[in-house]
Amino acid sequence: MSETARSLLNSAGLLAATLGLASGLIWLERRLLALWQDRYGPNRVGPFGLLQVLADMIKIFFKEDWIPPFADRPVFVMAPAVIIISVLMSFAVVPAAPGIGVVDLNVGLLFFLAMSSMGAYSVVLAGWASNNKYSLLGGLRSAAQMLSYEVFMGLSLMGVVVLAGSFNLREIVLAQRRIWFVVPQFLGFVVFLIAGLAETHRLPFDLPEADSELIAGFHSEYSGMKFGMFFVGEYLGVILISALISVLFLGGWMGPLLPPLAWFLVKTLFFICLFILFRAALPRPRFDQLMGFGWKAMLPLSLLNLMATAAVVLWIGGPR
Amino acid sequence: MLSALRTLWYVFLHTFRRRVTIQYPDQKPYLAPRWRGRIVLSRDPDGGERCVACYLCAVACPVDCIALQATEDEHGRRYPEFFRINFSRCIFCGFCEEACPTYAIQLTPDFEMSEYRRDKLVYEKQDLLIAGPGKYPDYNFYRFAGLAIAGKDKGDGVEEQPPVDVKSLLP
Repeated sequence: MSETARSLLNSAGLLAATLGLASGLIWLERRLLALWQDRYGPNRVGPFGLLQVLADMIKIFFKEDWIPPFADRPVFVMAPAVIIISVLMSFAVVPAAPGIGVVDLNVGLLFFLAMSSMGAYSVVLAGWASNNKYSLLGGLRSAAQMLSYEVFMGLSLMGVVVLAGSFNLREIVLAQRRIWFVVPQFLGFVVFLIAGLAETHRLPFDLPEADSELIAGFHSEYSGMKFGMFFVGEYLGVILISALISVLFLGGWMGPLLPPLAWFLVKTLFFICLFILFRAALPRPRFDQLMGFGWKAMLPLSLLNLMATAAVVLWIGGPR
Repeated sequence: MLSALRTLWYVFLHTFRRRVTIQYPDQKPYLAPRWRGRIVLSRDPDGGERCVACYLCAVACPVDCIALQATEDEHGRRYPEFFRINFSRCIFCGFCEEACPTYAIQLTPDFEMSEYRRDKLVYEKQDLLIAGPGKYPDYNFYRFAGLAIAGKDKGDGVEEQPPVDVKSLLP
């Protein structure tokens, strides 16, 4: 198979898999939330309610796609596209298994960080362009959240980079042959998990959305497929963060018996379920608590982790 | 932080709990015998209408959903000419059942009375009357009442003594 054909197949496969998974996640999330709340969730449409997603999709396609007259039209239309594009771009650098993965960037991790920051712009722009006070408040919160969480999100990953000696995600996976980085980098793992939650605006860090106080936050004015894109973007973000956690800290595709791709999927799915459990269990903190937690607890912790890791690596002598 | 972890664990334990949902159309819920549902008019053990059209139910009804018209048959026995309950108004409070002196009006454990047309929720007497005596199988108002009615003179009722002739001095 030629190189072009291989990469084309990879991109198409990745696109189909992630988008399919993202819509499947809607079903999974509703079923799991129901399970943890002693309910059933959607179980009427098709086997186990699986076709509920299809029904919802048909519904959302036929909804009126309303752009409010007071909105900033071009930005309003662009904002939902930005989140999808930036998250899908990040998927390009995720190595799912040996030979599966779109590109092999030597700055893959930095590329991911850049793209995830781009995703935050989508929320800010949506909040601003809606020209609505609740949306604006949501966008404002998103901006503040981005500022405080992007910082230690990057820092928490530097420990992994120091240990692996590379920004290339594939090499980071290969560096975990002896021991998964979740053991030496447990602090970094916890910090990245929390930062990832904040990054995807998932509960308990869904302050930009905060249904109970801001209607729907930044997407109050969105309807139809534009709202659907925000929705899919959020689930894509969850998949992305889960995939990255398994790549960076849990040895990606590595594991006994099962084929590599299966291991990768199992680990990713585990973290997706964990994200849903977070949503089921934890209440949303107040905004100043969230900021304080980020700057006063998480940032020093990740700095400490980075310094300790660097010191140990220097003492032992070089990566690996 | 620790409390958050504990919360996560407790919520996770709900995976193994029984679900509380009753999947209604497939799985019928348990309704207690005294459940206040669809209202019926019952008959006495002999098959006659129990209702004596005293209007007490209509008076007791807080939402005025009961309408009836009293009339008498040739024996002087009262019965409703029409008896109408508007179930789109009824709040199923059961006051009519409590007010009824003859156990005629009764609430039953049934709530499946949805309609596509609102006016179909107005039940007439033939919709309300049931064949049996409902919750009180042996009760017949006219056997206890001191009223003279066809086939029963004064003093013939259950637990009733013959009338005393107040104009006579004989013991």
